[in-house]
Amino acid sequence: MKHVPDPNLPVELDGGRLRRDGVQCVLDPGDEFGVEAGLRLVEEHGGEVTLVSMGPPAAAEAIKRGLSMGAHRGLLISDDALAGADALATATVLAAALGGRDFDLIIAGVESTDGYTGTMPSTLAELLGLPQLTFATSLSVTGSSVRVDRQSPDGYQVVECPLPALVTVTAGVNEPRYPSFKGIMAAKKKPMEELALGDLAVELDVRQKVVQVTQAEERRAGQVVAADGDTAGRIADLLAEAKVI
Amino acid sequence: MVDFDLSEEQVEFQMVVRGFVDDVIRPHAERWDAEGELPMDAVKQMAGLGLFGLPFPEAYGGSGADLLTLCIAIEEIARIDSSLAITLEAAVGLGAMPIYRFGTEEQRRRWLPPLAAGDALAGYGLTEPGGGSDAAATRTTAKLDGDEWVINGSKSFITNSGTPITSLVTITAVTRDGDRGKEISSIIVPSDTPGFEVGGGYRKMGWHHSDTHELAFNDCRVPQENLLGELGGGFSNFLSILDDGRIAISALAVGLAQGCVDESIKYAHEREAFGRPIGEYQAVAFKIADMATKTELARTAYHKAAWLKAGGRPYKAQAAMAKLYSSEVAVEAAREAVQIHGGYGYIEEFPVCRHYRDAKILEIGEGTSEIMRILIARELGLQPR
Repeated sequence: MKHVPDPNLPVELDGGRLRRDGVQCVLDPGDEFGVEAGLRLVEEHGGEVTLVSMGPPAAAEAIKRGLSMGAHRGLLISDDALAGADALATATVLAAALGGRDFDLIIAGVESTDGYTGTMPSTLAELLGLPQLTFATSLSVTGSSVRVDRQSPDGYQVVECPLPALVTVTAGVNEPRYPSFKGIMAAKKKPMEELALGDLAVELDVRQKVVQVTQAEERRAGQVVAADGDTAGRIADLLAEAKVI
Repeated sequence: MVDFDLSEEQVEFQMVVRGFVDDVIRPHAERWDAEGELPMDAVKQMAGLGLFGLPFPEAYGGSGADLLTLCIAIEEIARIDSSLAITLEAAVGLGAMPIYRFGTEEQRRRWLPPLAAGDALAGYGLTEPGGGSDAAATRTTAKLDGDEWVINGSKSFITNSGTPITSLVTITAVTRDGDRGKEISSIIVPSDTPGFEVGGGYRKMGWHHSDTHELAFNDCRVPQENLLGELGGGFSNFLSILDDGRIAISALAVGLAQGCVDESIKYAHEREAFGRPIGEYQAVAFKIADMATKTELARTAYHKAAWLKAGGRPYKAQAAMAKLYSSEVAVEAAREAVQIHGGYGYIEEFPVCRHYRDAKILEIGEGTSEIMRILIARELGLQPR
């Protein structure tokens, strides 16, 4: 999971990167679905949900939000040397932290709400040698396998693989619960493990550079077709022009 | 050293409730108000957050939080929706709290867990058609017949008394009327008791989707063990319940005032007149500055009253001051917010219109402003009549 600048606030840039200092940060809304998915599996099958994040010390707040929702423990990997880590570096660090641990399933969001590369989970699965099921709109575990409905442009595929595995969940896979006050109080007492780079046997090779950041083109106003004799015909022409039909 | 900080957990909880209100309540508040029915689905979702059990011990299904934490939730909801804020305030403060404070262990075990879970709601029947603040004027009677109370009379303006999940109403009734005045006791009346009739809803100025009814009791019989607290303790019990209620109503008023400030700031940026946003005119900016200042002071007042209570110190005067001040601030903030919105403030699509209608009751319910001034004056050693 990731601690990201509140996506409801205007984006502030610092050179080619998002400004994080002094900006309200939250648990990535996309990750709330992953936490909820994990909690539901544990409620059904037993076990524990461990929340894992790599980020600055403040990322503990994101983990705490998930613990307040009901997850059991947290693991934060934080080190000044990790500032500016790209998706490959992040996946390398997470793989080093998770390899050798006992788990059945890694659940991640499809992509983060700040970086949007969407490559970290797949890289992590590759590095750990795990099968990966991506873009899940629903998931279930039976015996020793996990099955998901995998969203595709024109519908969904039903795919299944043996555990352990990695699944990425889409927004909307479930309705994440809100933490209760009781959950918030309970989170204070839950174990939180913290690791620095020196605790992991890992060589970092950060190759990705942000060359340029430009503002996305503003969405243009729609075109209003007035209702008169040939409205339908003109709408059809516009759709054809846009290659929709 | 004075410390105005909420605890870390309270801040986190406040953010959770704020997010919940923005996602679940804000998009529907206007429609619910127009429909005039308590939205049970929203109540259920509020229950999911554990809001209805906040101040009760975990043994009864609560969260073990303090009054201030409950007030934080009430304030956040009232920023957007006063009807749901009063539903929560009344459910906890008036419905469930008397059972917890004055109930026997058996009564607590029986009634409290569903109330704390928000699976059931309870009402507190004090006010009667002939009088509200003057509890000694109670006319409803309860007479023992064998091992049953036989209740006759009626109650007015009872919140949460007629919802689909209302499990009980605790009423005050005269249990003896002798030379030394009336003996008033509290009695639990379960919702399905024969002879207990819930009247239709009122056509209220505001608080449209809070559940409020007139209640009638005609030879309504409940077991003797439904007496809540000591025989004759009904009057003093309800007085102590109302002290806490005043802090909670103050929180509700602060929430409404804050909602008016928020909407006014937004509108002052958007709306242009004579070529510039109206917020650039002193007439508007100064109004908002005054509203925000008074709202902040009202918040400080209720926080202090709750803080005194948490420390086990006297807080009666501060609770009354907080209630008096913040309800008047809420009415003023709503009036000014409508003024800032001009004609649009008179249109239901704009939340300040609803806030204006919802504000007035805050100066009346759970002790009028006049009663607050009497209480405060008495605490100052004066005896106004």
